[in-house]
Amino acid sequence: MAEQKPSIAIEAVESGLAAQGYIASRQIATAVYLSQQIEKPILVEGPAGVGKTELAKAIAAWRGMKMIRLQCYEGLDEAKALYEWKYAKQLLYTQILKDKLGEVLGGAQTLHAALAQLHDFGDVFFSKEFVEPRPLLQALEQPGGCVLLIDEIDKSDAEFESLLLEILSDFQVTIPELGTVSAITPPTVILTSNSERDLGDALKRRCLHLHIGFPEQRLEERIVESRVPGISQTLRRQMVGFIHEIRSLDLKKLPSVSETIDWARVLVLLQASELDTDIVKDTLNVLLKYEADIEAAQPQITTFIAKAARSNVFG
Amino acid sequence: MRENLHRFFRAARGAGVHVSPAESIDAMRAVAQVGMSDRAILRDTLLLTLAKSQDEKLALGDCFDLFFSQPEPRQDQPEADSNAASQDADQSPSSSSASEAGEGQPPEGLGPLARMLLSQDRNAVAAAIASASGAASLSDIRYSTQRGIFSSRILDAMGLQRLRDDLDELTASNPALAERLRAALDALREAVRDTVAQGLALYAREEAENLRNEILRNAPLARIERRQVAEMRALIRQIARRLRERYSKPRKRQRRGHLDVRRTLRRNAAWGGVPFLTAWKRKHRDRPKIVALCDVSGSVAQVSDFFLLLIHSLHEVVDDVHSFAFSSHLIEVSEILEKKSPEEAMAEIMSKVGFGSSDYGSSLVDFEKDFMSTLTPQTTVIVLGDARSNNLDPRADILRRVSERSTRLVWLNPEGRLAWGFGDSEMPRYATFCSIVRQCATAQQLERAVSDIVATYQ
Repeated sequence: MAEQKPSIAIEAVESGLAAQGYIASRQIATAVYLSQQIEKPILVEGPAGVGKTELAKAIAAWRGMKMIRLQCYEGLDEAKALYEWKYAKQLLYTQILKDKLGEVLGGAQTLHAALAQLHDFGDVFFSKEFVEPRPLLQALEQPGGCVLLIDEIDKSDAEFESLLLEILSDFQVTIPELGTVSAITPPTVILTSNSERDLGDALKRRCLHLHIGFPEQRLEERIVESRVPGISQTLRRQMVGFIHEIRSLDLKKLPSVSETIDWARVLVLLQASELDTDIVKDTLNVLLKYEADIEAAQPQITTFIAKAARSNVFG
Repeated sequence: MRENLHRFFRAARGAGVHVSPAESIDAMRAVAQVGMSDRAILRDTLLLTLAKSQDEKLALGDCFDLFFSQPEPRQDQPEADSNAASQDADQSPSSSSASEAGEGQPPEGLGPLARMLLSQDRNAVAAAIASASGAASLSDIRYSTQRGIFSSRILDAMGLQRLRDDLDELTASNPALAERLRAALDALREAVRDTVAQGLALYAREEAENLRNEILRNAPLARIERRQVAEMRALIRQIARRLRERYSKPRKRQRRGHLDVRRTLRRNAAWGGVPFLTAWKRKHRDRPKIVALCDVSGSVAQVSDFFLLLIHSLHEVVDDVHSFAFSSHLIEVSEILEKKSPEEAMAEIMSKVGFGSSDYGSSLVDFEKDFMSTLTPQTTVIVLGDARSNNLDPRADILRRVSERSTRLVWLNPEGRLAWGFGDSEMPRYATFCSIVRQCATAQQLERAVSDIVATYQ
């Protein structure tokens, strides 16, 4: 029984994600299952547009949890990621409470006593009331747990990475004025990276490392099927086959899954029933985002369509 | 299960995957969750927890396949039993042979190994080999020369001595059976040899690689063999990575305790000048600016090649590099090096200026005429060459002007100190204008030289 459980549980993850329209490979499902079991974040790497961000959304939808997203960029710091003091509110309150302050301080006989009383106020103004929680702190404060998506971590600075370490390993943050805030329910953390720079070993060590590459043909067909239900089976096969041929070219930016889905939508809109040279030529700009790439692919179109059609006969 | 995983971690380290103790603990926890029964899930789990990049995943996947093509882990149990049984048998052969005489088929008085071989129980033999290789601590194997000793150790642990005695006895009493046993023994030797070879492939890679790298690091760059060039490039890349990790620190560092009054006031203008946010003075660190002049005439070309490769793979650490190559005249090669793969770039540079007889004087004239403006007061100039100018005018006066316009002038000479100044070497005349002159013949010296240059900017 205990021996059987994991594989069943992993299949459950797979079907759960599939119900949200995310077709996961076995590896992805294993990673999601493990991250839940041993409470570790997942670091997802891979080319742009293979569904790294989608994975987090699908997990959140499947478990019925809130998703909190932190988009990383250069110069992102504590104040925007973790928490910030509500300065305006603090100022406003000091203004409003001016009279009250005077009253309280008026009671003090000596300067020392007044100072002691003032110290107490300091603590009042630096209390939870005046903390503006940013995504990371919000994620820790969700009573029902949540999915925390830290998107494109490779865009942030190395300092920010170090800031994350405490959250990733212990699910807690330390605010100097308040003390340590621990997660009510440990959130499921997903980090994504496009490998623009190498992440630190300390960060990698704390995560499960998942690499999502371009999917196999069969899997990609299933993805298109679930995302664009209106497309006919023959066309689906042809277009996915065609895209796999395109990926064998040496291009600046290879078309990824999101481009496949866009293209499928376009083909459905144009009511194409089959792939032919004209329609591919007209819609190639959906797949390829650089002029040089389009020029490189143009002469190959007819060959690729033929190849894709042929593979259908046998496949 | 634990034992097996530990051995796998060692094998993974051998395959070049960094497995820290913390990571191995994580992997253990994960494996405890999924169990060992499903090979595919186990593979995915280990790949997820141990490997931290795509390269590592590939290496670890191969390692996993190799490792688990060995006898099944679950045979641990029976194999331990049989081991214990065989020890019993060794100690009291009379009693065991009496108790097992009932089996009848193999004749009495034979040792456990002989019985096992004769009964042709392949699983039992495989299990016995696995347990014996555990006893002989096969995972300690490091070098290919150790194969023989490990094979014999494993065979000894399996009871070869007893088997030999049995063979001697049988040859006298039952020649046919002895023949069968001998054939089985040969097969066993082969199986053990395979096991040891596999063990070597699994566990010894790291050590062998370290040894090879150590030798390579200290080998003179100019004289390494053609087949080693690729390995050398890999080594240089490793060195570059190490230097990058050490020196690519943030360029701005706060100076604690020095308030930047102007920026603080400006930042807090919104709150009427009440300083909620403080700004501190920062110290700006320069990244090295390097101008490299490389001699690419026959004798020094190889060293220049590796030097250029190293300098140009330090993008994160070094702000900008201008590289020039010369033998009899000088050209700028930065662009060639940046756009092409190392092999192609070197080939192109060589076809343009390489392999001539070197003329330092006219090369320096070329540099002064066209490129003097690349030097700024922050620049480090590195000259790599043997300073053998074929008795032509060395033009040391130009080198003096170069030295005056830059922070430092470093001369790296692949020749030993002993040769400086002899024959047509102009080293002593150049050396007067250099901040540092050092020998640079091996990868290790190259690493030190570059490391020192970068470190002075920190």
